[in-house]
Amino acid sequence: MVSFYGTELASRFMLGTALYPSPAILAEAFRASGAGIATVSVRREAGGGSAGGDFWAMIKDLGVKVLPNTAGCYSVKEAVTTAQMAREIFGTPWIKLEVIGHADTLQPDPFGLVEAARILTDEGFQVFPYTTEDVVLAERLLEAGCEVLMPWGAPIGTGLGLTNPYGLRTLRAQFPDVPLVVDAGLGLPSQAAQAMEMGYDAVLLNTAVAKAGDPVRMAQGFARAIEAGRLAYEADPMEPRDMAAPSTPVLGKAFLG
Amino acid sequence: MKIQLNGVETDITDPNLASALQELGYGGAAVATAVNEAFVPASRRTTHILSDGDRVEVVAPKQGG
Repeated sequence: MVSFYGTELASRFMLGTALYPSPAILAEAFRASGAGIATVSVRREAGGGSAGGDFWAMIKDLGVKVLPNTAGCYSVKEAVTTAQMAREIFGTPWIKLEVIGHADTLQPDPFGLVEAARILTDEGFQVFPYTTEDVVLAERLLEAGCEVLMPWGAPIGTGLGLTNPYGLRTLRAQFPDVPLVVDAGLGLPSQAAQAMEMGYDAVLLNTAVAKAGDPVRMAQGFARAIEAGRLAYEADPMEPRDMAAPSTPVLGKAFLG
Repeated sequence: MKIQLNGVETDITDPNLASALQELGYGGAAVATAVNEAFVPASRRTTHILSDGDRVEVVAPKQGG
């Protein structure tokens, strides 16, 4: 079980809801994934439109927790207002806080992120900050009231995997008791397994599943990799070594020439 | 009067935000609102009076990552 703000979840897979070929494939991929949390957003709705309501009804049918985001926000004010609107619509204090600082890399703005996290925490939100592997920034976010941190594996939508394993290992080691989620940049199940083997509590991804040729099979692949990685972490892996060491006993080998 | 509804100039007859949403076809929809970049909770829409040129944003649930 993994716990975020006192809510326990059986699955360590958090899955986004964007970019799927169709709503039906989205729903099927979710069921195949076993994910317990779905990320969602708020966007402009035309008068008389029903797209938002239809989507929301489908997500409610999945029976998962929703984690609204502030995707695309570049300022503290924008992110805070978006979070306030999302809380009203989705009826949850959870918010995946994104304050973007750089358009090409979608790298978080660390200064705006901390400021927005503090404001939202004071307003009763439970903040899941989309951050980097920076240890000092992590400290500041925890001081601002965050009880979960979500460092990127790589820039959003790139599928590059864990581009800074050293930084992610350091973050894990520095904050052993804080739930940590690798969020963004994963492209393959093996990369999710790598994050879980490091001791990350969960992974959050979207594009790798939604843009796969077969999103449902890819959702299954990620689910198994996440479980495999977690099992490996809990099993206390062996230490790697440089020199070979035979696994078959040398003693008792027949003398044959 | 004219407002900017989701970035588009739009005519409304009643300056009350709740009435304007009804008039614009949002009645009963799961939407959230902001006026001039400030959140206006659903509970305050009936008492919020719009002014000419106000920027009104109306959002609904959407897919997200």
